[in-house]
Amino acid sequence: MSYLNASNMTGGYGKADILHDCTLTVEKGEIAVIVGPNGAGKSTAMKAVFGMLGLREGKVTLDGQDITGLSPQDRVKKGMGFVPQVNNVFPTMTVEENLEMGAFIRDDDFRGTMDQVFDLFPILKEKRRQNAGELSGGQRQQVAVGRALMTQPKLLMLDEPTAGVSPIVMDELFDRIIEVARSGISILMVEQNARQALEIADKGYVLVQGANKYTDTGEALLADPEVRRTFLGG
Amino acid sequence: MELINALVAVTNYVIIPATAYGAQLALGALGVTLIYSILRFSNFAHGDTMAFGTGVVILITWGFQAMGISFGPLPTALLALPFGIAVTAALMLGTDKVVYQYYRKVRAAPVVMVMVSVGVMFVMNALTRFLIGVDQINFDDGTRFVINARQWRDMTGLHEPLTLRSTQVITVVTAIITVAALFWFLGKTRTGKSMRAFSDNEDLALLSGIDPNKVVAVTWIITGALATIAGTLYGLDKSFKAFTYFQLLLPIFASAIVGGIGNPVGAIAGGFVISFSEVGLTYAWKKVATYLVPSWEPDGLVQLLSTDYKYAVSFTILILVLIFKPTGLFKGKIV
Amino acid sequence: MSSNRQAGETSSIRAPLFFAIMAALILLEGFTSGWNSALGILNMGLLSAIMALGVNMQWGYAGLFNAGAMGFLALGGLAPVLISMPPTSGAFSGGGPGIMAAFFVAIVAVLAAVWIWRNLRGKTRGLAVTAVLIVGFFTYRWLFDPAVEVIEAINPSAQGNLGGLGLPTLISWPVGAVLAAGAAWLVGKTALGLRSDYLAIATLGIAEIIVAILKNEQWLDRGVLNVNGIPRPWPVPYEIDLQNSPDFVAQMQAWGLDPQLGSTIAVKLAFLVLFVIVILALIWLTEMSLKSPWGRMMRAIRDNEISAAAMGKNVTRRHLQIFVLGSAVIGLAGAMMISLDGQMTPTSYNPLRYTFLILVMVIVGGSGNNWGSILGGVLIWYVWVKAGDWGPDIMGALAAPFPDGGLKDHLIQSAPHMRMLVMGIILLMVLRFSPRGLLPEK
Repeated sequence: MSYLNASNMTGGYGKADILHDCTLTVEKGEIAVIVGPNGAGKSTAMKAVFGMLGLREGKVTLDGQDITGLSPQDRVKKGMGFVPQVNNVFPTMTVEENLEMGAFIRDDDFRGTMDQVFDLFPILKEKRRQNAGELSGGQRQQVAVGRALMTQPKLLMLDEPTAGVSPIVMDELFDRIIEVARSGISILMVEQNARQALEIADKGYVLVQGANKYTDTGEALLADPEVRRTFLGG
Repeated sequence: MELINALVAVTNYVIIPATAYGAQLALGALGVTLIYSILRFSNFAHGDTMAFGTGVVILITWGFQAMGISFGPLPTALLALPFGIAVTAALMLGTDKVVYQYYRKVRAAPVVMVMVSVGVMFVMNALTRFLIGVDQINFDDGTRFVINARQWRDMTGLHEPLTLRSTQVITVVTAIITVAALFWFLGKTRTGKSMRAFSDNEDLALLSGIDPNKVVAVTWIITGALATIAGTLYGLDKSFKAFTYFQLLLPIFASAIVGGIGNPVGAIAGGFVISFSEVGLTYAWKKVATYLVPSWEPDGLVQLLSTDYKYAVSFTILILVLIFKPTGLFKGKIV
Repeated sequence: MSSNRQAGETSSIRAPLFFAIMAALILLEGFTSGWNSALGILNMGLLSAIMALGVNMQWGYAGLFNAGAMGFLALGGLAPVLISMPPTSGAFSGGGPGIMAAFFVAIVAVLAAVWIWRNLRGKTRGLAVTAVLIVGFFTYRWLFDPAVEVIEAINPSAQGNLGGLGLPTLISWPVGAVLAAGAAWLVGKTALGLRSDYLAIATLGIAEIIVAILKNEQWLDRGVLNVNGIPRPWPVPYEIDLQNSPDFVAQMQAWGLDPQLGSTIAVKLAFLVLFVIVILALIWLTEMSLKSPWGRMMRAIRDNEISAAAMGKNVTRRHLQIFVLGSAVIGLAGAMMISLDGQMTPTSYNPLRYTFLILVMVIVGGSGNNWGSILGGVLIWYVWVKAGDWGPDIMGALAAPFPDGGLKDHLIQSAPHMRMLVMGIILLMVLRFSPRGLLPEK
């Protein structure tokens, strides 16, 4: 059984389903990437895994435990971390306070975790007293990831972490994400920059209209001529 | 010499009263801005909350006086203040439970929440009147002056008198303590930070495991405290009359919006902007003018606006800010 | 679909039922407390209903919160003073030019400031605007103050104001609407398009200021000295004329009625007929406009502002239109109220009574439904009056077990505030349990 096993997910916001029998699994320490055309239900699939969307069918297990009925907050307590695509920091709070709020549900001393986050993102240590709203886009994404890491999640979910940042910043962010995965944290991420994301992915999911279209290692998907032609622009 | 006399007159009639009034407005605006940033609506019941809190303080003050308890040279009302805060905060929590909670659950539009606060305003209005009536009440029983006109003359030998009333000093000192405590709470404590997080980004706060019910409850308690303190200070400095407190709603809203609604520092700055404009524009400058230009005999009072129009000052500043800088002097929330 | 038909059926019984209850209450009042009192409540209730119609256009059609109905009402009330009062001899020739010149200077200064603000750049802009405004203000005061002194010196015990034009009172009603509409345009222009509660706060402010002006500008409306003897609108007669008319007295005696009582009732009935005509006209106009493309668009905007804006509708402009129209109706009601009272007493304008109570009427009646506003206007006014009457009795009964003394007296004295409590609770209950009101919008 995989560490995260979200199987046969079917559901949506209103009457019409967005997800159709969609399955996502992530192993420990693995980077899984969801790619696909606009409106394919990538973010919706991620939200379903995190419990922000009611499922009509299907089930989500984390580390063998059924969490299908849990609220997002309870899933955070079970070891999930989520970085939304937008509005993912507290803009009028300092970087340090943002991280502190990330650790809100923890009752133990979280200073060690904060140091780890600062080691991972040295720029944040430098700007710890600055308001998150005043940072650049890339730095803000680092704060957002750092905030999610403060609960010491076993699974980190990122919704388009590189949206709206420059290619250089994107490369740096991906490097950091690899570093996070090396520390044993599973990563599930939705990406618009499919090619670059698949390059770092252990596993890739191509979703089309809320259903699994192709599933393979990142390398194999990049090599697949059909995938290249339809989704990666040649 | 004449210049000093002019300065003394300005201090006596403009700076001192405007500072005290500004501190009262600032505390009121802090309450409005706090509700705005956490519950995201303009609370029309705030003026009547101030009236209710002050009414309770007055009743307890009378009780203390009847028991022979006093606070030395300070007004007994300051002793009664903590009890008044407790009662008002309890009422706020009760109101939230009975009234507002439901609208949060159904995620009602802000303008519906404003309408609901109008209903609460009616009820609070009635409660206050049941409690204490509609008449003007003076409940300041402390020493009247820190410096009176004669002491000032003996001290300085100046012709122009200056008086400093105890209530003005009490207002400013209490306001400083209150604001310092509030900012310490919001900036340094876990609960305070979680309130700021909730105000900044509600969804992310929920994701981070911040309990919205606790944040809202603490907000109401603080608002009750701020309203009671603001109302009591205003009542000590001037006098208590239920309807006056309803009318304070306009300068209080103006202060909060001028400073940038949702921004606590802005609320304080806005309070002083409004109070200094109001006092400055409605003060009769004749005396100061004759000191500065002895040859000039003004035939009027050199008063820019009659005091009957003091609310027009708040309103004009409010309109100017809405036209030129809707987010306020300090960047407020844009929702 | 069946559920829709169900709703249609219940509402088709609902409206006649509630109006029947309302009529029964008025009849009951007539039989128990006399027809004078019943008609008095009904007339004021109908005036409140017109105010509610105006507020309903804003809140019910467009979701705009007007927290300053009192101000537009008071401003409308100025019209009968300026239009139908006899002119004060010498006032216009003595002070008129000065006041006109002062207002001209004020308008020129504001326009010049706006022009400078739009056309200059850099640091000089702020300085120039400030300088123009300061010079303008002092010139204005220099022209205005002596003119006011002249006017206020004329026969101050009875007049001391500009006086009116001596025109028929009916003309003043639409003028009241125009005055209120003008003020609403100014407020709406600045506060609409921003956050929804900014309009509420801005209107709260303008209302306080309008009432402050009416209280303090003696040259205009004698301020707190009040203007008395405002002429009645045609064809409403005066009681004294009726009592002196042999025909009327003979008719009353033929019906076995006291001519004096008969005359007061006749006057109230005449007002009633006028008010009903105005209400029917307003309802007809509003219903027609709601069915028009303009009305459908208004409701589309209210129901989903974002998608309406996305479809290219200029939401702010539509809001301004409806806000001005609604305020005009409130101003009309204000002018009518002053004609009914026959006097202008600026101190009587109270925001709880004339702003927030009207909102209660609209919401209880049913936001967005014109008939609901009529029902709410009369019904809530009835409850308001009766709560004032019953309050002391109920309180007296409640306080009976307490020993005589301070507490008991205090409780009985505070009974008039019962109506605030009743209104607050009614509003909260309706918002919570029946947000669409007694007569829901179709």
